[in-house]
Amino acid sequence: MSGERYRNSFLREVEHNVEEGHWVKMCMQCGVCSGSCPFGPHWAHPPQELFMMIRAGKREEVLGSDAMWMCTSCYNCVVRCPRKLPITHIMHGLANYAHRLGLAPKNQPTRQFAKMFWDNLSKTGRVNELKLSLGLYFKDGFKQGIRNALAMKDIGLGMLKAKRLNPLELVKPHACKGAKDIHAILAKAKEIEDRRKGLSA
Amino acid sequence: MAETKTAAYICQGCGIGERLSTRQLAQIAQKEGKMALVREHPFLCGAEGVGLIRDDIEREAVTHVLIAACSRRAKTEAFHFPTVALARANLREGVLWSQPEADEAAGLTQEMANDYVRMGCAELKKTKLPLGNPLAATNRRILVVGGGVSGLTAALEAARAGYQVVLVEKERALGGWAAKLHKRVPFREPHADPADTGIEQLIAQVTGHPRIRVHLGATLLETRGAPGRFSVQVSVESGAAVTEEVGSIVQATGFTLYDAGKLPALGYGKTPDVVDQAGLERLARQAAAAGGAIRRPSDGAEVGSVVFVQCAGQRDEGGSHLPYCSGHCCATSIKQAMYFKDANPEVDTVVIYTDLRVPGSGEDFYRSAQRKGVTFTKGRVASVEPASGGCKVSFRDLILDEDVALEADLVVLATGQVPNSGVNIELADDDPAKAAQVPILNLAYRQGKDMPQLKHGFTDSHFICFPYETRRTGIYAAGPVRRPMDMAQAVEDATGAALKAIQAVENAAAGRAAHPRSGDLSYPIVRIEGCTQCKRCTVECPFGAIDEDESRFPVFNESRCRRCGTCMGACPVRVIGFENYSVDTVGAQIKAVDMPDEFSEKPRVLLLACENDAYPALDMAALQRRVYSAFVRVIPVRCLGSVNTIWITDALNSGYDGVMLMGCKHGEDYQCHFVKGSELANYRMGKIDDTLKQLGLETERVATYEVAITDVARVARLIDDYVAKILEIGLSPMKGFA
Amino acid sequence: MAKKEYAFYPGCSSQLKASAANYLTSTRSLCRVLDIKLTEIPDWNCCGASIGYAEGGELPRLALNARNFALAESHLPGQDIVATCAACWLSARETKERLDASAELMRETNEALAAAGLHYKGEVAVRHMVEVLIEDFGYEALAQPVVKPLAGIKFAGYVGCQTNRPFGIAGESFENPMYLDKMVETVGGEAVTGYDQKVTCCGGALAFSEAEKSQKQIRDIVESAYDHGADMIVTPCPLCQANVEIYQSEINKKQGTKFHMPVLYYSQLMTVAYGGSAREAGLDGQLIRAEKLEEIAAKG
Ligand code: SF4
Ligand code: SF4
Ligand code: SF4
Repeated sequence: MSGERYRNSFLREVEHNVEEGHWVKMCMQCGVCSGSCPFGPHWAHPPQELFMMIRAGKREEVLGSDAMWMCTSCYNCVVRCPRKLPITHIMHGLANYAHRLGLAPKNQPTRQFAKMFWDNLSKTGRVNELKLSLGLYFKDGFKQGIRNALAMKDIGLGMLKAKRLNPLELVKPHACKGAKDIHAILAKAKEIEDRRKGLSA
Repeated sequence: MAETKTAAYICQGCGIGERLSTRQLAQIAQKEGKMALVREHPFLCGAEGVGLIRDDIEREAVTHVLIAACSRRAKTEAFHFPTVALARANLREGVLWSQPEADEAAGLTQEMANDYVRMGCAELKKTKLPLGNPLAATNRRILVVGGGVSGLTAALEAARAGYQVVLVEKERALGGWAAKLHKRVPFREPHADPADTGIEQLIAQVTGHPRIRVHLGATLLETRGAPGRFSVQVSVESGAAVTEEVGSIVQATGFTLYDAGKLPALGYGKTPDVVDQAGLERLARQAAAAGGAIRRPSDGAEVGSVVFVQCAGQRDEGGSHLPYCSGHCCATSIKQAMYFKDANPEVDTVVIYTDLRVPGSGEDFYRSAQRKGVTFTKGRVASVEPASGGCKVSFRDLILDEDVALEADLVVLATGQVPNSGVNIELADDDPAKAAQVPILNLAYRQGKDMPQLKHGFTDSHFICFPYETRRTGIYAAGPVRRPMDMAQAVEDATGAALKAIQAVENAAAGRAAHPRSGDLSYPIVRIEGCTQCKRCTVECPFGAIDEDESRFPVFNESRCRRCGTCMGACPVRVIGFENYSVDTVGAQIKAVDMPDEFSEKPRVLLLACENDAYPALDMAALQRRVYSAFVRVIPVRCLGSVNTIWITDALNSGYDGVMLMGCKHGEDYQCHFVKGSELANYRMGKIDDTLKQLGLETERVATYEVAITDVARVARLIDDYVAKILEIGLSPMKGFA
Repeated sequence: MAKKEYAFYPGCSSQLKASAANYLTSTRSLCRVLDIKLTEIPDWNCCGASIGYAEGGELPRLALNARNFALAESHLPGQDIVATCAACWLSARETKERLDASAELMRETNEALAAAGLHYKGEVAVRHMVEVLIEDFGYEALAQPVVKPLAGIKFAGYVGCQTNRPFGIAGESFENPMYLDKMVETVGGEAVTGYDQKVTCCGGALAFSEAEKSQKQIRDIVESAYDHGADMIVTPCPLCQANVEIYQSEINKKQGTKFHMPVLYYSQLMTVAYGGSAREAGLDGQLIRAEKLEEIAAKG
């Protein structure tokens, strides 16, 4: 292990480039967040540990980890952290940063779903639930998709019957009239953010 | 002296008149107790009742008053008659409130009350009015030993309160550790940055104060005397000895840093780039003087990275180093890391800790350091070694659970505080450790030259109830000599100790006892003709109040005495006593109890209860109407240490079926108000078994208990269980022989 | 004129024929009774939800929400934005707080909005429907219109995460918020006490990507409701409602449980208690029918 890891460089990088990253140094390692997390046992490195790893300069391990992808955004950790760290946002921020740099684990299911979700919503400005779930079933290819869809068909039919799923969404989706506006806004926002972080498009 | 005239007053208030025959009590007081005057009154503590007693004292020349009413702990203001000897029979808490109201219980309840009146009369007749220490001495000057923050503060506080102060410092300058610091840990909002030590101002205030005399480069050659009349030989800088007369003493001799040389594994001594916290302060001061960055001792290069190793040689469970936490060092390391970060945020500062302990506002200071970019790493350091161009720190990262090595230009070891306590007087004289210790106070006391220690060399100070107290009356410990502490705590500590020193001179001048029997005018009186020079009293006095003269007779220094009576309990020939508390006052009570014969099936159990904890617990049990056996007879004692074994043997000889002793917790975390009293009692009772066997009695007939003031429910249970046990083993075969 | 007017932000799931359509239906019904006028923010867009983070990043998500604010500010000036969805409320409120706190983010966000000719002045207030009911009306006022108290039905008040943390309803604790139980009692139902899964996470969006882990959460939530004798679960959150209702059959299939616990919105309870029909309460939108509630709704 090199001593370099305990230098401040990765911490600095996180402070600059990760949403709410400047909070990482304030963690006092009590472990309350890790103990409060509903998916806690499934994390390779629970938040407390991630914060220590960042301070220890473990860039690859942190950004390549699937740990922060376990966050369900329940905010349990946030309301309990004695140091008031916005842990949920830091988890989102780390995941986003890792994803942006292409370092996040490739087939991480939440990563895939999150990307699909965003692509779906940013297309029309609103989420198209049918397309989103179909997309999810078919993400691993057509055959697996059919299998997945069949497995869930009872639920789908139930939703259809309960008028909580609209088959017409496929052809005539809910959409914002200002979808173009939204595209422009999002493109601009991304451009500004990338500029601030020194990332190229 | 006026002729003795006794009077007994029996109160009928608080239900006493309804449940007891006060007529019968009055008759007992008159016939058996031989009271010259006996009165019953419906409401004795009321203005009229108190007026009645006062009139009798004035007009009837009553000199001895028995009040048979409530507990001696109740209505003390109403029943305050400073010109007469006083005894109290506890009918309300001791009988009424602790006995069942049922009619069938009335007989035993009355028997109990009758006995308490008999006991009260017996006690009263043996009691004298305490007149106060005739040797009261009135020197009100205060000596402060040590010129660091604690000593300077104590001196200044005492002087500001109007007292003359002598301050003795062994170095040739004032200021102690504080004068060696670059900055101090902040003690005011916002607790964000290191602060100026302020030591120059404090020194200037002390040296400029008209009531403070300072001796520098000075040590104590001898301290003799007692509160109000200490005579101290001071060796001053010139080498001459001067005598300072003072009334009380504050010992603020501070601490020495634990010797980092004992920590070779942490690299100390192997490279000059490993320093202790004092070493870092020195470097910081040098840097400040030179107006530049902190430099590495080995080659003078600017420090670019520094590692702080917390708990170096502290909290050691292995037994080789300090077992305790010095409390201040986490905050000190945080402060020192800020020296670097504030000057240059690019410097890498890592604090390796196992538990970061920053109580109170230290938490804000900690956050401030985090904000400044100090890295805190939870880990256990295994070794520090010299490495090319710096040091290599190897440690276990306790969060990431792996071994890590880290390079740094400079390593700072947070070593702990070792108290400057002088000699450990409890060590044997031939112990080589003792020979190496240099005495500080040089007390000309029978029990040794310095104050007794409790744990790890810190001065014994009754941490639980009375933190400033020591076991040498009129001498108060302040600052890190008492327990590890930081500067802010030392200031507070010194202020408290100064106040105690002031109390001590005032009490001594008035001939009164100091804490915890403050105001008590009684004092030990010895019938020296009867003394066999056994030395028990001189050895056992928890406060070292008793010296010896040339012919090895005990010399009592009254104002050093706390009036616990431990000497009275110790004396085999029973020549020590107080005017109002003696072998006789208690012995007479024991004998006054009406002893039922062996066929009565009514055992009698004597309960000697410490009046600091056990007796109040009994009162509170009564207040809560917790019923306990009517076979017990309670006598309060000043301290279990004052219990003379003659009381036990007398009790057993006169037919008591059992004796219970209730005192405070003893041992390392003692709660005994007189420190050693209950421990000594326990020791003495350990030896009573032999006596019991000689008498042909079961060892269960004497039982000792630790009772805290909060054991309210437990005391009643203890009594009942014990009485049940006595009924099980049967009544004493000694009945009827007395 | 209506008693109270708000700029309504229904969110994607509460649109017609979307997964929380029954939430929308019942909310509309209840607002009619209370004389609340909800005007949809014209052409509102998705809030980004929490799960939008990975691709969205920070500023794009802020900008998405800020577009809604800008639209509300110009078309419905002076009206508080009211969301029914927990995630919409959370994202919008978070955006508002972050923009309020940072002039830099505010400037950048407006720079992005300018790409569509929009500008956010920073004046909106963001609220949840529950806040409106409790704070602008109060439990007493909410009890007034009750004509069919939901007597005899036991509800497990499942608050979940995002209406509870990190903001929550003023005056409530994060660990044991009481407002949902109080609302149940306000409409004459019985709130089970000691429901220990009250604020447990259902897995949220990870119900899709981490099905097994989430279903373990859901199982706990439903099981505890049974253990405490509940007839139904009630919740303020569309994602909670969907996850907890939809996956019961899955869990039954995989783990052999016999879960059949209706999961309702508070708005459905209120609508029925206020005398609304099953249809008006959106009860026809339940996958697991809330029969006891339907019975009350059907009564004359
Ligand atoms: S918000 Fe994320 S990290 Fe925090 S407790 Fe919930 S799931 Fe865990
Ligand atoms: S709860 Fe907060 S302070 Fe504690 S470990 Fe987690 S982030 Fe750090
Ligand atoms: S204990 Fe009694 S006999 Fe012994 S030295 Fe003291 S006074 Fe004398």
